[in-house]
Amino acid sequence: MSFFDRCVEYDKLSIWKFPALEKSCLRDVKKATDESFKSFSREYGELMETIFDPLLYFLIWFEKLLNNTPWPIIVLIVGGLAYLGSRSWKLSAGAMISFLLIGYLGMWKNTMSTVALISVATLLCIVLGIPLGVWMSRSERVQRIITPILDIMQTIPIFVYLLPVVMLLGIGKVPGLIAVCVYAMPPIIRLTNLGLRLVDKDILEAADSFGSNYRQRLFNVQFPLALPNIFAGVNQTIMMALAMVVIASMIGVKGLGMPVLQSIQNQYLALGLMNGLAIVALAIIFDRVSQQYGKRLQRHREGGHDA
Amino acid sequence: MPDIKIQIKNLYKIFGANDKKMLPHIESGMGKTELLDRHAHVLALSDVNIDIPAKGIQVIMGLSGSGKSTLIRHINRLIEPTSGQMLVDGTDVLGMSDNELENFRRFKASMVFQNFALFPHKTILENGMYGLKVQGVKDEQAKPQAQKWLDRVGLSGFEDRYPAQLSGGMQQRVGLARALSTDADILLMDEAFSALDPLIRTDMQDVLLDLQKELHKTVVFITHDLDEALRIGDNIAILRDGEVVQQGNPQEIILNPADEYVSDFIQDINRPRVLQIGSIADPKNKSKGPSMDAETVVEDALQEVIATKAEGVKVTQNGKLIGAASLEQMIHAIARPTADKKGIESYR
Repeated sequence: MSFFDRCVEYDKLSIWKFPALEKSCLRDVKKATDESFKSFSREYGELMETIFDPLLYFLIWFEKLLNNTPWPIIVLIVGGLAYLGSRSWKLSAGAMISFLLIGYLGMWKNTMSTVALISVATLLCIVLGIPLGVWMSRSERVQRIITPILDIMQTIPIFVYLLPVVMLLGIGKVPGLIAVCVYAMPPIIRLTNLGLRLVDKDILEAADSFGSNYRQRLFNVQFPLALPNIFAGVNQTIMMALAMVVIASMIGVKGLGMPVLQSIQNQYLALGLMNGLAIVALAIIFDRVSQQYGKRLQRHREGGHDA
Repeated sequence: MPDIKIQIKNLYKIFGANDKKMLPHIESGMGKTELLDRHAHVLALSDVNIDIPAKGIQVIMGLSGSGKSTLIRHINRLIEPTSGQMLVDGTDVLGMSDNELENFRRFKASMVFQNFALFPHKTILENGMYGLKVQGVKDEQAKPQAQKWLDRVGLSGFEDRYPAQLSGGMQQRVGLARALSTDADILLMDEAFSALDPLIRTDMQDVLLDLQKELHKTVVFITHDLDEALRIGDNIAILRDGEVVQQGNPQEIILNPADEYVSDFIQDINRPRVLQIGSIADPKNKSKGPSMDAETVVEDALQEVIATKAEGVKVTQNGKLIGAASLEQMIHAIARPTADKKGIESYR
């Protein structure tokens, strides 16, 4: 008796009830899937962990670096970076005040952990996402294949992919990082692809007419002109990574998400609010600074009417 | 006969998915409309043959959709042909490998575009340096080289601006300097001055003619403006629906238009100011009058004849008498040919 003969009850076919697989069969299918994944993770779990070890060490190293640096220096670096990015004293001062306030309210250590996670996650997304975006912009076929994958990454309920990640790698920083990146990487890939594709065809033709090879064209013309879009992608990636902080804490990532999670479980209103607002403050600082920086990249458009 | 620099031989271009398969249809006489209706392919160029002499300005002109911009892009192969040959100095550009083609574009032919196509994120100087940078020239050498050409086209002092900060005419000067700085001996100009207003356009034509006197490049100039073609062209090829309908020097085209299309084209030109007495001089004519060079335009000759109350002018070339043109002959030559209405309808 074949699988289908066993599982579909032909004699009970009716238009009023959908001919679903019989329950026991469905259970078998699910069980087989679960079993095979479990044996896969038993087999390769350690290997996977080793693969991701460098990432873990880097994350730990960065977190320690932030935590072991005297706080005044961190505050100054934050202010300095904000100024370098935005060229605005107001924004720079606002960033420093936010950090001082965060420290004063006892969230310094958690904030450092979160900043470390977000920075490493964003870096990882950029390093992987931009080349993928470039690849996608070069070929229609690659674009057709990657686009639905990105759709899945952005819409699939987070817990659905959190589960296999935890089964494979256990709980901790690396699974958290992966979870964050799965969710935060699509914008940078999409906007890199879009930005490169939107570059004026006439200008690319001019580049070609001078005998540019692919690399010269990409780095001298296409990339610089796509930069505003690519930068919008980086900005979105940072924002989405921050949005994942609380979820990541569910699989054991330390940081501002942890107290928020605790406060949900124990109805600590004030604790939740404080840490939540700290996340918001980080988000606003990151967003404004990166946006201002993105705008400054377009200086050449000033003074024009048609550019 | 001057050296032939670029030889376009039996060039066909059909736009569409199966362009090569459409070729036999065209060769067996199918027209442009029929090809579009029955096979959904567009015939852009059909059996184009042009010999472009070295060190001259070859104008290719035609109305929109006549295939002129498509044709110029075949010279440096920005567009792949369906079939045919494009010989530059005897080498077929269409048979070059990617690498050879890159080098051809870097060193042999540079291009100026209708809408300027400057790099908006680069300064004027960086724009001028682009071709050199692609060639692999170091900054220390590229900078003075680009600066030299920017100065030459009158842009000294604008090096650090961005293209968006310049007017259209100035932007096209940058385009010209960018193309000249690579020292390529072929200059491809795709409606380079068409987007400029009339005064600036004349200005830029002067810049080009001035440079050409000194540089002697082989210039291929695309335009839809006959006055421009007559003003700068040493040779003109007229394109209609992807076919060359007439080619020759400007004087020949004005005096002997090949068909109604061409004669309608030359309807509205300022004949006295374009026609040269050399092309109407008659060796048998014995009119008495002042001697004038063959390249003098009829307008000036007429003024002279009226002023001196002569019968006509004696025409000299390089100091030698080649004939004379009487007042009557000159007036006859500048008479506007009657428009052939039937001819106009056939292509509009």
